[in-house]
Amino acid sequence: MKDKLLPILIILSCILFILRLFWIQIIDVDNVQLSKKNSVEKIYQYPERGYIYDRNNNLLVGNESFYDLMITPKDVKEIDTIEFCKIFKINKSELIKKIKRATKYSTIKPSVFLSQISKKDFALIQEKLWKYDGFDIIRKSNRKYLTNSASNILGYISEVNDYEINDNSYYESGELIGRQGLEKSYEKELRGIKGVKYLQKDKFNRITNPYKDGLFDTLIVPANDIRLSIDIVLQRYGDSLMKNKFGSIIAIEPSSGEILSLINSPSFNPNLLIGRNRSKNYLRLKNDTIGKPLFDRGLQGQYPPGSTFKLVNGLIGLQENIINNKTTIRCNEGHFYSKNRFMRCHCKIGTINNLNKAIYNSCNTFFANIYKKTLDKFPNSKLGIDNWKKHVESFGFGNYLGYDHPIGRPGLIPGSNYYDKWYPNGGWKAATTISNGIGQGEILTTPIQLANLTAIIANRGWYKTPHLVKEISKKSLKEKYTEKNFTTIDSIHFEKIIEGMFNVIQKGTAQNAKIIGIEVTGKTGTAENFIKINGKRLQLTDHSIFIGFAPKDNPKIAIAVFIENGYWGTRWAAPIASLMMESYLNKKVKRKYLERYIVNGNLMEEYKKPYLKSNFKINE
Amino acid sequence: MSEINLKKIDLTTLFTVILLIIMGAVNIYSTTHADNLESPLLLNNPFGKQIVFILISVFLFLSIQLIPYKFFQKFASIAYILSILSLLGLFVFGKNINGSTAWYQIFGFGLQPSEFAKPITALALAKYLSDINANIRTIKTQFYSFLIIFFPVLLIMLQPDPGSILIFLSFFFVFYKIGLPSIYMNFFICFILLFFITVLLSKEIIILLIIIISILTILYLKKKKKSIRKVVLYTLILSSFVFSVDFIFNNIFEQHHRDRINIVMGIQEDNRGIGYNTNQSKIAFASGSIFGEGFLKGPQTRGNFVPFQHTDYVFSSIGEEWGFIGSSIVICLFGFLMLRISRQAELQRNLFSKIFSYSTATIIFSHFFINIGMVLGLVPTIGIPLPFFSYGGSSLLGFVLLISIYIRLDSERTSKW
Repeated sequence: MKDKLLPILIILSCILFILRLFWIQIIDVDNVQLSKKNSVEKIYQYPERGYIYDRNNNLLVGNESFYDLMITPKDVKEIDTIEFCKIFKINKSELIKKIKRATKYSTIKPSVFLSQISKKDFALIQEKLWKYDGFDIIRKSNRKYLTNSASNILGYISEVNDYEINDNSYYESGELIGRQGLEKSYEKELRGIKGVKYLQKDKFNRITNPYKDGLFDTLIVPANDIRLSIDIVLQRYGDSLMKNKFGSIIAIEPSSGEILSLINSPSFNPNLLIGRNRSKNYLRLKNDTIGKPLFDRGLQGQYPPGSTFKLVNGLIGLQENIINNKTTIRCNEGHFYSKNRFMRCHCKIGTINNLNKAIYNSCNTFFANIYKKTLDKFPNSKLGIDNWKKHVESFGFGNYLGYDHPIGRPGLIPGSNYYDKWYPNGGWKAATTISNGIGQGEILTTPIQLANLTAIIANRGWYKTPHLVKEISKKSLKEKYTEKNFTTIDSIHFEKIIEGMFNVIQKGTAQNAKIIGIEVTGKTGTAENFIKINGKRLQLTDHSIFIGFAPKDNPKIAIAVFIENGYWGTRWAAPIASLMMESYLNKKVKRKYLERYIVNGNLMEEYKKPYLKSNFKINE
Repeated sequence: MSEINLKKIDLTTLFTVILLIIMGAVNIYSTTHADNLESPLLLNNPFGKQIVFILISVFLFLSIQLIPYKFFQKFASIAYILSILSLLGLFVFGKNINGSTAWYQIFGFGLQPSEFAKPITALALAKYLSDINANIRTIKTQFYSFLIIFFPVLLIMLQPDPGSILIFLSFFFVFYKIGLPSIYMNFFICFILLFFITVLLSKEIIILLIIIISILTILYLKKKKKSIRKVVLYTLILSSFVFSVDFIFNNIFEQHHRDRINIVMGIQEDNRGIGYNTNQSKIAFASGSIFGEGFLKGPQTRGNFVPFQHTDYVFSSIGEEWGFIGSSIVICLFGFLMLRISRQAELQRNLFSKIFSYSTATIIFSHFFINIGMVLGLVPTIGIPLPFFSYGGSSLLGFVLLISIYIRLDSERTSKW
């Protein structure tokens, strides 16, 4: 062993080295070379980002070129400083500072000298540029918005951050990525795939020829244009109706699940989030803590649905055979739902309601009763509420709906688990959860879930997952958006509910939503709500809610309107929904008086109340 | 004694070395091509300087062949003292380059005494250990042998030049070869392995493993009390080593040392900072592929992307310009040279010559292993030249001195016996 140790080590290490050489020189070779080699320059060719159109092919988002002046310090020769400063509109000290900074970065690699030069300045610069060695212009492109609406839908793009560069091998520093909205969820379609060219460089950093005759080059894959389901005319009309009111309007075409408008108020101009002032504007929007323009109420706001939810409980009652359309329940300005526990209702003493009447008068007693019976049908409340929850969830409540916008909230549908947590020793029964019967209590829904509920009723029992994109050029929509999702409620039960909703407009709580010549159906809602300010729980003015669709047969539009602190559903939400329907179906609004009333309606005082006054009145 | 006896000279070794030196010079020409173009005056560029040193090497070789055989044995102690003095002198006259004071500046040439200390320490060790009174199995001899290594190591450590210290540690192989009890070697190897395992895993796990293994050994040895005591002792030594490695690695090493080791162990990746060199050299190899880009055509070499390419990273330009074929040939040449020297050492009967020959093979091997290993990304970055290849007068002259003495001693072998 002693005599052989050194020879053995020599032979083993030679073998090891040769194997290692074999690995890095022959097997792993292209991998190492293309990604990291200095002497090979990688040049990207970017496809133009895809255009975005509305459902009627109006261009909403295009692209605009701007120019960056690049400097390669090594090649810079003597400069006529005075002329240079005049052309590029900078002063001498700035010039010196910029050249120093670029030199510090690299003398042979180009870096940005002046960014975002406008087309006008570019024309002048281009003429004189030949005089200055070492300076180059490169053309870049940014989004150009042709609308000042729908910023919440479209989202925006911005430069990739370090996390994204590390997570995703596609992106390199300085490239743009969809940051929010559809720009984000359809990033791959809108972006296309950049082409890569590998060029051989010599020692002096000059490009000599394509690397290995372009063997590894990849071709550019053009971006796709996308066509939205949004009707920009309707979207803008909605914006005008929402002036000085916070809330959301969501309109869906029931037969296809296409979202016709998704209005968030307050909104902002999408052009604020491009160009040089992007971060400043973004901060300003972010710091508006009362209006919260970056918070999409339609998708992210979780509110109690109020009386609109009575429709769901009605449907479940029918499905579970608790009631039929002849069942009547007596209301005495409310009822005792358990010993000493009274729920108030606005029905007069002795009112006898059937389903139809209960809907158009929005009777609390009727729906609280059938909710309780639905639960009590089972041997214990646990089974009862979980069965109820199963039905509710089939409407898309209590979970993310699966639409193609990146933001959203699940809402909340409480089940037995939820109550067991609050009342650990089984100390709850159906009566404890009675508020669920009238859409208050623990239930939380988002406006888009309510709009989807409306579409389900309009379709008599099914929905297609709501979506914002109607068409992607050269690509079909995902199956998810074309297949029908059925609820657990049989189709026949819906007609009875729709009858009631029709009467809501004809003789019920929302007669101001009537449109001549169109059979409108709907249901109002008024949701109690609370906030916490400085640890104190305060009740604010009720939210005004309305859901409805039209026409009653063969529906074309289903709408959910939600106005923060608007009080009665009838006061704001119902007329807004009605104007939207009229605008969409008739392309023209005849009821100018109603339009004026809504557009001029101002709730800003209401929103400031909790912040300005310590004692304020609600529900005025 | 005034004639060189050509018949007795180990021509195989000589020609292999000449071949390596020529290949090295050609590569230095290539890696510093740009400098060559910019200053046509020969002495101002690395290639020109290397040629000058090659000429000096020829002269050095010839002179050594003329020196009487006995002279080396007599001269060893004086040479050793001179060498130590030259290392000491650095603290007064030395020039700081790249953070270590390892050079004398003479007529525009840098001289690095640690390069000469390697062959001279080998001479001194050979002289001491070939003495009739010396026996490496005794503690006393071990102590003095370690002391001979210790002085240059200490002085070089102060420069600091960690790479050269590793070369001096390789003398353990020589001791082992001539009869140092294998327990030292076993510990030496254990320590090296444990060092890397400790960096990879947590110290608790390793100590647990050591304890488990020793318990199993004790159970196996049941009857021999003496052995059990030994096992317990070893367990304690190894465990405390693990603790000290953990401590040294995290508290005494500086961040760049840790980074270098972590990069090789694959714990950390950093192609821009500390790992830049290794990464760029890997790229150079990849670009060479099978047949290489050709002389003066390697883009990595041309673009000066690999730092220190004409010195420590010289092998990467072979890889790029001469490809897998070329670099494999170089490795085989080195392998052949080292095997040849170690075989000739076996044949030596004279203990002084045998020990020196063996040291020669060991010194070349340790340089070869660390340098190529580093360039190929298998060993942490340690600045050590590739023998005969790397640019650098001192390193070249140091190795020529080593190989010339070896050849001179070897030529006496047949005539004596």
